[in-house]
Amino acid sequence: MSLTEREILNETEINILISRLTRQLIENHNLFENSVLIGVQPRGIYVATRLQQKLKELSGIEVTTGAIDTTFFRDDFRRKDKPLLPSVTNLDFSIESKRIILVDDVLFSGRTVRAAMDALMTYGRPASIELLVLVDRRFSRNLPIEANYVGKFIDTLSNERVEVEWKEIEGTDKVILIKK
Amino acid sequence: MNSLSTKHLLGIEPLTPEDIQMIFQVADNFKDIINRPIKKVPTLRDITIANLFFENSTRTKLSFELAEKRLSADVVNFSAASSSVKKGETLIDTVNNILAMKVDMVVMRHPSPGAAVFLSKHIDSVIINAGDGTHEHPTQALLDGYSIREKLGEVKGKKVVIVGDILHSRVALSNIHCLQKLGAEVKVCGPLTLMPKYIESLGVEVETNLKKALEWCDVANMLRIQHERQEIKHFPSLKEYTLQYGLTQEILDSLNKEIVIMHPGPINRGVEISSEIADSNNSIILNQVENGVAIRMAVIYLLAGKI
Repeated sequence: MSLTEREILNETEINILISRLTRQLIENHNLFENSVLIGVQPRGIYVATRLQQKLKELSGIEVTTGAIDTTFFRDDFRRKDKPLLPSVTNLDFSIESKRIILVDDVLFSGRTVRAAMDALMTYGRPASIELLVLVDRRFSRNLPIEANYVGKFIDTLSNERVEVEWKEIEGTDKVILIKK
Repeated sequence: MNSLSTKHLLGIEPLTPEDIQMIFQVADNFKDIINRPIKKVPTLRDITIANLFFENSTRTKLSFELAEKRLSADVVNFSAASSSVKKGETLIDTVNNILAMKVDMVVMRHPSPGAAVFLSKHIDSVIINAGDGTHEHPTQALLDGYSIREKLGEVKGKKVVIVGDILHSRVALSNIHCLQKLGAEVKVCGPLTLMPKYIESLGVEVETNLKKALEWCDVANMLRIQHERQEIKHFPSLKEYTLQYGLTQEILDSLNKEIVIMHPGPINRGVEISSEIADSNNSIILNQVENGVAIRMAVIYLLAGKI
């Protein structure tokens, strides 16, 4: 079976999306006094870092940013061949009564977001949770979950995969569609 | 690679260094979880674990039970003192009866060396050895190695001396395997009557002088004298043992360095270790207990993925 790759977003386009998403966040969260960004491990943290940087660039605000790992809250444990190895959860602040903006790269089935919300609740009771994603693969949800802020909607088939690459790991920022 | 090389945890000897590092890495996450306001994750809610204790235990049994409950597994407990073992049932029959009640994993402590290995050959279930006689106590060694890594940054290159009743200690054997696999140097110290015959074949040096051993090491792991396993007298009196091998403030002060003090428990205060040392800042005895829960959660999590 051959794999074909197609680039959906390049670095410039991702940067434009991040700028737009940041402005939308400013509209709703104003000075971010009580708001925090939390990236979903392993890949949502890079979106969160970019939003954090852009926010500082645009308005000088330094928003508190953390990372949440969902491994132990997933619903597919023992349904895969090997157990998933966890990533680091990094929340060195209280989320009690905070307005949380949960950040991930791709929204697909919605299962990871469900797990992330459950994982967050073990740290306390936030005032609210919103969801921000760079890419929304619409019409493919398994759960009733939608994002509040979306970088780009894309329509995909079930045999396609969307991957987001980041400078920190792969060397460039881009979003690709892989067809099996 | 994100899976252990083994289906059971029967001892440290069969594990690879990568297995041990993987367990440590996962334990880091669980240590974070058990320090949260809600110390529980739903991961193993569809798994049932039986804790079979054919020998007395406080710490290990509580630690396993807490680890299982914090992973949301269902737990059944069994101790030999109040069971049908007393009526003449064999080990395999006992365990098969328990498994017939749809148990997925067995944690077993048994007074006979090799009991866990034996069970793994006859029973179709994941087995975790929680101590088999004088053979191995793998989760203790893992939590000891993990505690050293936490305190000193890494285990590799560190010098560890294990002091006391090496002959009757499963903690010593598992620790030797674990520390060597992680690249530490290990010596044992104690009276020659409490040294196993072929201990040098494990690449371990024997030192009979406590002061010399302490001067050499970065970490001292003090073991209890296991009276319950001793059929003959191995030294004249407990008082004499304490004079020769008891860890006191005086002997620590005479070293010109700080060393980390460990003890797997239960402590006999005033015998192998003085009260002031056990409660001192150099002692990581209670950290070991805390880490025990995280390590056992990691082992159970990684093995449960294979059920």
